[in-house]
Amino acid sequence: MSELHQLSLTDLAQQLRGKKISATETAQHFLGRMRAHQDLAAFLAVDEEATLAQARAADAALAAGGAGPLAGVPIAHKDIFVTKDFPSTAGSKMLAGYRSPFDATVVRRLAEAGTVTLGKLSCDEFAMGSANESVAVPAVGHGAPAPVRNPWDRSRTPGGSSGGSAAAVAARLAPAASGTDTGGSIRQPAAFCGITGIKPTYGRASRYGMIAYASSLDQAGPMARSAQDCALLLSALCGPDLDRDSTSLDVPAEDFSRSLNDRLDGLRIGIPKEFFGAGLADDVRTAIDAALKEYEKLGARLVEISLPRTELAIPVYYIIAPAEASSNLSRFDGVKFGHRAGQYGDLLDMYKRTRAEGFGDEVKRRIMVGTYVLSHGYYDAYYLQAQKIRRMIADDFQQAFKNCDVVAGPVAPTVAWQLGDKAEDPVAAYLADIYTLSASLAGLPGMSVPCGFGANDMPVGLQLIGNYLQEGKLLNVAHRLQQATDFHLRTPEGY
Amino acid sequence: MSLNPDDISRIANLARLALAPEESARMRERINGFFAIVEQMRAVDTAGIEPLAHPSMGAVAGQAALRLRDDVASEPNQREANQQSAPAVERGLFLVPKVIE
Repeated sequence: MSELHQLSLTDLAQQLRGKKISATETAQHFLGRMRAHQDLAAFLAVDEEATLAQARAADAALAAGGAGPLAGVPIAHKDIFVTKDFPSTAGSKMLAGYRSPFDATVVRRLAEAGTVTLGKLSCDEFAMGSANESVAVPAVGHGAPAPVRNPWDRSRTPGGSSGGSAAAVAARLAPAASGTDTGGSIRQPAAFCGITGIKPTYGRASRYGMIAYASSLDQAGPMARSAQDCALLLSALCGPDLDRDSTSLDVPAEDFSRSLNDRLDGLRIGIPKEFFGAGLADDVRTAIDAALKEYEKLGARLVEISLPRTELAIPVYYIIAPAEASSNLSRFDGVKFGHRAGQYGDLLDMYKRTRAEGFGDEVKRRIMVGTYVLSHGYYDAYYLQAQKIRRMIADDFQQAFKNCDVVAGPVAPTVAWQLGDKAEDPVAAYLADIYTLSASLAGLPGMSVPCGFGANDMPVGLQLIGNYLQEGKLLNVAHRLQQATDFHLRTPEGY
Repeated sequence: MSLNPDDISRIANLARLALAPEESARMRERINGFFAIVEQMRAVDTAGIEPLAHPSMGAVAGQAALRLRDDVASEPNQREANQQSAPAVERGLFLVPKVIE
């Protein structure tokens, strides 16, 4: 048997069910790896006692029979999901040390399927960022806040905002992790770290207990090594949560593994010409082209399509998401939970100082932009205009899906950049989100699949976008590529 | 369009953020940099287009607008658990600076 951390989640689940290994020894193995690789700064919280207690409960369930499909499988959660057993910070000083009285629905569902939580993973503060550099609380083993490092090259970003999730899975510190995607925060880090991640249709996964950034965009999803592993996890974490989340879709949970092996003969893959413009780096284009050739060999047909408002998605997203953030983050006022300023005068002064101290630069910037575009005299010109173009972007996809079954293209214009490269230029970082924002605005499912390596041997991710509720099709299309290629099996050196 | 220092202090007040002077200046520069990429959006003809506030608003086939659950008490009393992370609590109440004389 190969080493535990090299097993796929699917195999690991089988070995656990077959009692070839115990949940406790599995948890101990991964906790050991986490300790050995703290330099990646992937984890914000661990609690070995809490993890091992969950593992022992999984072993008991496995011994008694009737354990869930993921019994004993270790998973780590992005620190944007609230958890009872671990602190929940959203990467912000505002919530340093915060303990939630309940588990997020996604966490609860995965726990009911039997998963064991290894800890909480670093992310950009309140999920606002694309490089995991704007995290404001210290990582495990670090005295001060530290950016997450990409296991393929530790001088580079893992992407963000689910950068801790992507780095942990790529370095085999966890067989899988949860992530959230508002404008690309599952897909882009998955691409930068050479793993597989899927953001389901908006409303598939409950947002209850996900610390809110932009409520009409935020969506949870799994990040793992393969489409097969993601299918298992997605089947467990999706499902209606009608009393807890008013945007939860009333669509029954599905077994997303069912159609993984369907043949791709006759599949029409839409290639948006706007995703292959001047901004796309040559090394990324080469890897994407090779993947598309592979699909042709598998029987698929490439169809040129147009998503004419691809570039417009950037301002539209960066108006709508901050507007929603400015409203969502108004709850952080130093009264009911979180940080409160040490010194203040009246109530208003307490709010202002508390928020000035508790939020980092990028969060403040987005709150300011959001407050402005929602303010009297600017609402129509910015916020409402953005929502109208959002409708046009959603309609563009429906037009495109008349001629294709899935859309394919790059996740990001380049491979992972050097840490610090875009830290002083937020707009440059926003522009790099160009290919992921449209699907988020439309609420469509999207995923990233490893499809090769570009400059400096950094991973490249192929983005697949499906129509509403077509996650099963996306996972099928991704799985067939992974049957024909081995990019998803490669492990960065030293892990 | 370009925001001036007064705009920044007005917005910061609305957003309940105390910004130090040098922070305000940097904020203004960055926000103006951002609004430069927003201009292209303002030129788009959106006459007759219904704003999309939410993907669930008719985008996903068969799904109605946002629903509300029944207005009944469904949560048990968890006062202590809910107040465990509060900055200042006394006798089960959240403490804030005096607001009424």
